[in-house]
Amino acid sequence: MTDTPLPEVDGCGLSGADQQIRPAFLLVYLLLGIAFGAVLTRSEVLSWFRIQEMFHFQSFRMYGIIGSAIATAAASIAFIKALGLRSIDGKPIAIPRKTLGSGIQYAVGGAIFGIGWALTGACPGPLFALIGNGVSVMIVAVLSALAGTWVYGWLRPQLPH
Amino acid sequence: MTVWFNAEWPWYAAGPLIGLFVPALLLAGNKSFGISGNLRHLCSAIVPGRLEFFRYDWKRTGFWNLVFLAGVLIGGFLASHFGAPHSINISSATVATLSHIGIHDFYGVAPHELFTWHALLSLRGFISIVAGGFLVGFGTQYAGGCTSGHAISGLANFELPSLIAVLGFFAGGLAATYLILPFVIGRL
Repeated sequence: MTDTPLPEVDGCGLSGADQQIRPAFLLVYLLLGIAFGAVLTRSEVLSWFRIQEMFHFQSFRMYGIIGSAIATAAASIAFIKALGLRSIDGKPIAIPRKTLGSGIQYAVGGAIFGIGWALTGACPGPLFALIGNGVSVMIVAVLSALAGTWVYGWLRPQLPH
Repeated sequence: MTVWFNAEWPWYAAGPLIGLFVPALLLAGNKSFGISGNLRHLCSAIVPGRLEFFRYDWKRTGFWNLVFLAGVLIGGFLASHFGAPHSINISSATVATLSHIGIHDFYGVAPHELFTWHALLSLRGFISIVAGGFLVGFGTQYAGGCTSGHAISGLANFELPSLIAVLGFFAGGLAATYLILPFVIGRL
């Protein structure tokens, strides 16, 4: 690893993480991850069948799950801001804003991910939870997702954002 | 208790539980809930090459998230071992739709016609797994997030970029569902 300053990283789960993490906190993240994997499994959100049911508008279920997840998260953020809560290590809660730019990356990148979401029947979290569920061939899907990630990193300077 | 182990959780239990991961990660350490950043961290850790996109300190920025991701895999394993294995209880309309395009095995979380090692050798399995996985990787990095980072974290924080991304997710997903999947499953 180089010792150059941390470059600006934005996007999914990359922001607001510039401090060293103590080992005890890693256990917290591991336990939260286990809980998330269990919820994805028992709610059947990771199922290709549920995703197809959603894209065919044949059940309210997935929309209910996503909608109530957003509502719960939004209410929680409002609650945290209203009370001025701090994180366990005493720092004020800060949620970095995303930069809009031309918006092309969100529309086009989003649509490309959407096609992959319908084909695999899984977004990134469920891809990993499915491996845990015994759908071991999803290891290949993850490796292919890493290839897609790498190709994006390679083409990034040429792509409109 | 049996409902927690032997049937799918109702949407009004599952949704809020998923939403609570946003404040849980904020309070645990000011972390933004989002899975797809891990794909970038893994590339940065394994094959950064000379690409600017992967030249950052992934241990400092993303190690917590990779630990979370390892937990997701373990949690999926543990949760799938409680309760009796069963078929996903999708609507009869979906069973009819999928049967019509060529899915006949409804046992388990994903159809065996597409998502087994044997199916990987078929064209429809290969497209579902390899092409689908590639687009998930490329698309989430281009869009800067996935269902967790944009749809849940982003929309909950009223981010316009996330709204555009989520509309893109559904535009792409619907296009693939109606235009690509019937051909891939039924004809290949």
